[in-house]
Amino acid sequence: MTLTASSDITARDTAEPAVDLDGVVKRFGAVTAVDGISLRIRPGEVVALLGPNGAGKTTTVDMLLGLAQPTEGSVTVYGRKPHDAVALGLVSAVMQTGGLLKDYTVEETVKLTAVLFGKDQSSVGEALERAGIADIGKRLVGKCSGGQQQRLRFAMALLPDPELLILDEPTTGMDVGGRHDFWQAIRRDAAGGRTVIFATHYLEEADAYADRVVFVRRGQIVADGTAAEVKSLAAGRTVRATLPGAVETHLRSIAGVDNAEVRGDTVYLHGRDTDSIARFLLTETAARDLEITSRNLEEAFLTLTADDATEAPK
Amino acid sequence: MTTFAFEQRSLPRFGGYNLGMIKLELRRMMRNRRTVIFTLVMPAVFFLLFGTNASNRHESVGGGNVTGYILVSMAVYGAMLATTSGGAMVSIERAAGWSRQLRLTPLKPVAYIAVKLTIAMIIGLVSVLVAFLVGSVSGAKLPAHAWIECGLLAWVCALVFAAFGLFMGYLLPSENVMQILGPVLAVLSFAGGLFAPLDTFGHTFATIAKFTPVYGVGELARYPLVHDGNLWLAVLNVVTWTALFSVGAMWRFRRDTARV
Repeated sequence: MTLTASSDITARDTAEPAVDLDGVVKRFGAVTAVDGISLRIRPGEVVALLGPNGAGKTTTVDMLLGLAQPTEGSVTVYGRKPHDAVALGLVSAVMQTGGLLKDYTVEETVKLTAVLFGKDQSSVGEALERAGIADIGKRLVGKCSGGQQQRLRFAMALLPDPELLILDEPTTGMDVGGRHDFWQAIRRDAAGGRTVIFATHYLEEADAYADRVVFVRRGQIVADGTAAEVKSLAAGRTVRATLPGAVETHLRSIAGVDNAEVRGDTVYLHGRDTDSIARFLLTETAARDLEITSRNLEEAFLTLTADDATEAPK
Repeated sequence: MTTFAFEQRSLPRFGGYNLGMIKLELRRMMRNRRTVIFTLVMPAVFFLLFGTNASNRHESVGGGNVTGYILVSMAVYGAMLATTSGGAMVSIERAAGWSRQLRLTPLKPVAYIAVKLTIAMIIGLVSVLVAFLVGSVSGAKLPAHAWIECGLLAWVCALVFAAFGLFMGYLLPSENVMQILGPVLAVLSFAGGLFAPLDTFGHTFATIAKFTPVYGVGELARYPLVHDGNLWLAVLNVVTWTALFSVGAMWRFRRDTARV
């Protein structure tokens, strides 16, 4: 099932994309983590990669950063190989866990990053300030809370002043307050025009902070649209009916139908104006046993991203 | 954040190898009390315990005394511990995901290894200097040229163990790799004749000892004092083990960079 809420995003894009994934496949032995993802992200977009654990989000992020090589397809970032873009400081990332040494202080960790990127010392204070950890610069990393460590990773990521910032499950393990503070910092930063891609399995985060949401499930993109479009997709209702011999493409052409699915003799038609869909079904087709149900974004997310229990031998 | 910002971006020289990183890394190592005790205090204490009694001080070897002879051995031991821990730092950094984090900077993997080797050799030098300083005020006697030559040889030959540390650092995923390597180095030091002269071993053991990695370093470092023993065998020993450990480290290093 693939819902595409907006195809015009890529269509109106003529400038060089910030990110261009083309038919990307990544296999680890017999396991296919990413199964043919094509995705273009324009400069300035704030994009959420939304999906359950094991959907292939982290593998995708790793390939964007040059930490993993695709088995098939190509990945370019600002028209370059990912690792080259990283080395130039065009892209930086806040990774999920790890990546910090306990016996450095917060300030030393950022200082080291500055030294490696050839930035002067003034950039250190600035990054600490913007990440909101200037007051704990002298603290050992090992003595920092999870939220503080995450903001330290954010400070390190800000240092090269990247065009694109990638966040992989950035708020995992943070309490509610920490999450709020962290997103406030990211939001302030994105307001300056930076491109941001974040992977998350928190629906609320994608909804609240992204202007484009890409649903990923089992290594494939199952929906892609602006947060509002995806929301409106999910905000509609579903008409279920018994209609033997129905063809999906025909059903999709019915006025008001955004998406259609056929399972045996049962059809599921999704749309905003379910009344007119129902009227059409009852008057123009042999459909019977009609049922109209609504689903919220949470359910839409579950439907789109949940793994079928029947097939998942890993 | 305009497009012309692209042109201003450039890569650092020497793949990111630079003094600023070395300074920060040294400060971090010295913050670790266990490392300091292990590499700087322990060899000096061993020397004071075993090397400074009256009979050692009065018995002469070469142009110096037995206390001086033991001091050189302990300096070698200290340099060995220091360079091994310097190299083995990669193990802790890999376990912490730090190596991965560094892959998100312009630092080239080869420059990273060069930084680690530099750090290992710096603390190795400090370790030798500390041991010699303690020795000079507690009765060790060496001819003037031997102070310099023995010290330099102990330090330079400890490069074997910097390579050893790196190899083990990549091989062992452990967070406390030095708790394994400490005892290993003690056994190797004993087997290599660093704690007791080889002629106190049986013939078979003495022969085997000559093939162990510490033997060559010890023989070479003490040569300016004793002018005794097979110099070429010692050189061959050091060169062979350095090559072996370096090849091992490179092998694991390549695998590591390919995987991440």
